Amino acid sequence: MSSQSFNRLTPYLFMAPAAIIMAIALFYPLLYMVFGSFRSWDPSQSLSETEFVGLANYIKLLGDEAFRESVSVTLTFAGTVVVAEMFIGVGLALMLDRNIRGMSLLRTLFILPMMIAPVVVGLVWRFMYHPTDGIFNRWLTQLGLPRVDWLGDHALMSVIIADIWQWTPFIFILSLAALQSLPRSALEAARIDGATGWQQIIHIKLPLMAPVLIVTCLLRLIDAFKVLEVILVMTEGGPGLSTEILALRISRTAQEFRELGEAAAMSNYLLLLLMVLTLGMFTFTRWQEARAQQLNKVKQEEG
Amino acid sequence: MADNSQYDKQNPAFYALLAALIFMSIGPVLLLFVNSFKLDVDIISGTSGLFFMPTIQNYETALCDILWYEPDHIDYCAIRFGGAFINSLIIALISTVMTLIIGCMAAYALVRFRFMGREPISFATLAVRMVPPAVLLVPVFGLWNNSFCIDNATMVGGWIRDVFGGRGDVCLAGTRAGIILVYIAMNLPFVIWILQSFIVQVPRSLEEAARVDGAGPFQVFFLVVLPLIKPGLAAAAIFTFRIAWNEYLLASALADRNTMTVPILIVNNTSEFNIEWGVIMATGMLLAIPPIIFTLFASRQIITGMTAGAVKG
Repeated sequence: MSSQSFNRLTPYLFMAPAAIIMAIALFYPLLYMVFGSFRSWDPSQSLSETEFVGLANYIKLLGDEAFRESVSVTLTFAGTVVVAEMFIGVGLALMLDRNIRGMSLLRTLFILPMMIAPVVVGLVWRFMYHPTDGIFNRWLTQLGLPRVDWLGDHALMSVIIADIWQWTPFIFILSLAALQSLPRSALEAARIDGATGWQQIIHIKLPLMAPVLIVTCLLRLIDAFKVLEVILVMTEGGPGLSTEILALRISRTAQEFRELGEAAAMSNYLLLLLMVLTLGMFTFTRWQEARAQQLNKVKQEEG
Repeated sequence: MADNSQYDKQNPAFYALLAALIFMSIGPVLLLFVNSFKLDVDIISGTSGLFFMPTIQNYETALCDILWYEPDHIDYCAIRFGGAFINSLIIALISTVMTLIIGCMAAYALVRFRFMGREPISFATLAVRMVPPAVLLVPVFGLWNNSFCIDNATMVGGWIRDVFGGRGDVCLAGTRAGIILVYIAMNLPFVIWILQSFIVQVPRSLEEAARVDGAGPFQVFFLVVLPLIKPGLAAAAIFTFRIAWNEYLLASALADRNTMTVPILIVNNTSEFNIEWGVIMATGMLLAIPPIIFTLFASRQIITGMTAGAVKG
């Protein structure tokens, strides 16, 4: 082979397998879903036999009490877990950013909850929340306190606690990495000028970490909308609709109620939301890069 | 070992906080581990957390369909965990390997070549990176059952049925290949995007040198570039395997009795009112073992993968 073989076809040969698979199993299904969301679609029909109903599915959903409930549960869940996880995760990172023995072991143990199957996480928490045999209620009884109906009256809170347990380490590890890559000179200068620990955190560390924190926050927010298995195993969306997040509602609409058109419309709403968040993140990082380049240029010109 | 004096001395309260954090993060996992060795009687009565006779009965019940002996306490093998475990393994391994090969080639093309359609492909990949399995549920269910079928009469149809098994008709739904296809497609955008940030760092001069020596494009890629991005490949492999191994929703829509994966089996056995906690926890523990092993032995790669994700957005 000679260097002539690096011809114009090469990139296409490298790209082709991925492009073909994504076209067949990702983009075509997504288009198919958009198409199906405008139709009255029953699982026993193939899509071409269905009837075109325009925006009916979308409009029906807007007026649907259960769907609106599900949207509000989803937003509450995602908002609460992200805010709580950001506070705890960043706080822990600031506290544990010290030169101590066994830091890598600590990080390893912290990753564990994220790696284990959501189905298993749901299973363990469902057991811990068990009204009589669960570990929480046993502790409460031993302390002489009344039992709490974790997965009944406080189902949404319990689900949120489980998610915080599983995903706070994600934010912790990313903010720790950000902290440890901060320029030492700025921190040294502040220390010499006599800044207290708090002043260093508020005026130097947090502003310098901000870009990473914003991206982390968006990544976590996007993931929070995808949570499904943990809640499915813990509560199956109940009691009532109290923990039925959108992903769960979609799967129930499709599999139990057999309203594929409506489920497709619902998926489209969720997809739009996630696209906006993703593109927001993309724009932010592009803007960040552009700004960094400009700063560099200015520095070079001055230097 | 590092010398003690390199580390800062901390006060005891700090170590107490550390101990509490470690307890909180691995406590539930330990609970799962311990309970999987208890009989249901011990789990429910729970007089004391740690004093009990450990037993492997739960594991025997769970794995009854692939055990070489017949445990005394089982009359009928209800939970066919062994088969599901093998299905999970096949599906996760094949989809991970294929995603990596296909993904790193695409990432290489996107980083190193200027070609027509590069921008749209790169943008589309980025935009669908966040598609959740729940969104794919409806179309995948519809397509895999109705459109992605091969006529029974053709040779290819019969061949697919013989090789992959299935429900008798030869649609993608119900076959392992069908599940693998969704997983590859679902993971590709993420893998392409994360590997791009590793390929960018490979010095061009190395590739040029190989080219001058007469290597073709595929030789350059497989012999020069791939060995240099091993850390990135490891990170991508772990994340892909994790998703394919743990995923429930799409597998549950596509699998039939013979191609069921472990998460489906766990969900099916927890949704009943009366749960056999011991057995289901043993199943959960078995499902958790591969991720635990990865975490203990490759935590550095996992952290690299996660931070590359956030810092290089």
